[in-house]
Amino acid sequence: MTVHTPIYLDYSATTPVDKRVAAKMIPFLTEDFGNPASRSHSFGWIAEKAVEEAREEVAKLVNADPREIVWTSGATESNNLAIKGAAHFYSGTKGKHVITVSTEHKAVIDPVRELEREGFEATFLQPEPNGLIDLEKFKAAIRPDTVLASVMFVNNEIGVIQDIEAIGNICRENNIIFHVDAAQATGKVLIDLEKLPVDLMSFSAHKTYGPKGIGALYVRRKPRIRIEAQMHGGGHERGMRSGTLATHQIVGMGEAFRIAREEMATENERIHMLRDRLLKGLQEIDEVYVNGDLAHRVPHNLNISFNFVEGESLIMAVKDIAVSSGSACTSASLEPSYVLRALGRSDELAHSSIRFSIGRFTTEEDVDYTINLMKSKIGKLRELSPLWEMHLDGVDLSKVEWAAH
Amino acid sequence: MAYSDKVLDHYENPRNVGSLDKNDPNVGTGMVGAPACGDVMKLMIKVNDAGIIEDAKFKTYGCGSAIASSSLVTEWLKGRTIEEAYAIKNSEIAEELALPPVKIHCSVLAEDAIKAAVADIKAKQANKEAA
Repeated sequence: MTVHTPIYLDYSATTPVDKRVAAKMIPFLTEDFGNPASRSHSFGWIAEKAVEEAREEVAKLVNADPREIVWTSGATESNNLAIKGAAHFYSGTKGKHVITVSTEHKAVIDPVRELEREGFEATFLQPEPNGLIDLEKFKAAIRPDTVLASVMFVNNEIGVIQDIEAIGNICRENNIIFHVDAAQATGKVLIDLEKLPVDLMSFSAHKTYGPKGIGALYVRRKPRIRIEAQMHGGGHERGMRSGTLATHQIVGMGEAFRIAREEMATENERIHMLRDRLLKGLQEIDEVYVNGDLAHRVPHNLNISFNFVEGESLIMAVKDIAVSSGSACTSASLEPSYVLRALGRSDELAHSSIRFSIGRFTTEEDVDYTINLMKSKIGKLRELSPLWEMHLDGVDLSKVEWAAH
Repeated sequence: MAYSDKVLDHYENPRNVGSLDKNDPNVGTGMVGAPACGDVMKLMIKVNDAGIIEDAKFKTYGCGSAIASSSLVTEWLKGRTIEEAYAIKNSEIAEELALPPVKIHCSVLAEDAIKAAVADIKAKQANKEAA
């Protein structure tokens, strides 16, 4: 089998829509185009039926009641709705303190920052160097006025899985609303909301082979969790999120989540094998560091720092593979990844990190090609690197006084 | 980030990569930047008794534009006097490589590296004369 470049290894950024999903969506754009809120004719009824079937599929993947699923435009909206919606609703009775983690996605951090501007106080917990939260530190952050905690299930950059059950139990004991961003978790880890003590959970379709622009928020019914709507209008989704439902997108998310439920066990086994193969190959290179805990981690993610190589030149060197760099040099700012910095990684290692994320269509050949490419390009860039030369000469780079600019 | 053809050419085929003997009294070394900032340039020049740069080598830890900037200046430096080298402006480097505004600092760093290497060789020469 030949390898087609660039090889897509950025499944944590987004996934292709599974062809089965796309096929199921198309009729709802052209023929069955009705508004699911139309009650007076069959166009509306057909669309409504499709929406409700999709809602059941989303609920099934996470073992929830379909009535607990609210459609949104994606995980960012779900996070905003959950965090601002619950904080606003409950702040009057409980208080105005929120706990989250410094390694959360910006779609959690920014709504919390917005709450701060509104007069809330927030604690941003620092994770341990392996990316996981120390439960004792979480407990210590709790105050009598803590109204809400938000902790992501699977980290988007390093793939580590937080102990959601334990954190949720602590929240229950302290009467704190608990929100979980599960955008990176669906289809990767088992989610059982009958058992998990979680009140609100955000989902995205496009991380799980569904279309972009559609997501959902789980809102627990027992005990009933209330949120203030952020989008006002026709009172769709029981008033929690107004706006005409995007039937085709919803159908796509339902089908994507159905496939995930049915295939995740075998798929994750295969992806685990590929990830281990990639890891083994890359560890044959000197001075590489895995970022984040390897055991408590989804098999799809491998985040590795290549010491003495700069991140952006690394991305340029590996243009045959589509990956993400921990160095935001590739975007407008020159900041290293805030997630890796929160783990205590040096700026250099944060800059020189690459997130490989493996998915449904990754092959063994893709992985082998990637290993060989990395070996040759890292070698070339280190030949160019004065830091590598100093390292080989036994210079301790942390002791050098740099002429910072 | 779209790179100019010249940046890509220097990045793919960097000129004059390597090191010179730093203990050679005719070799000046300039090392600028910091790993935490994402780029470190090491520029070495070998100057003959007439004050002409005979050889230049570089090693750079940094983005493609930083590698290209340092590669380019090693080409420019050979055959110039150290005074001429000292007069090279970052704007000339940025213009030659068509660096976008966000990458101008790479050309600044290359200019700084030249100035540091020239300062080093001048210090060595001063020591030699004093001795």
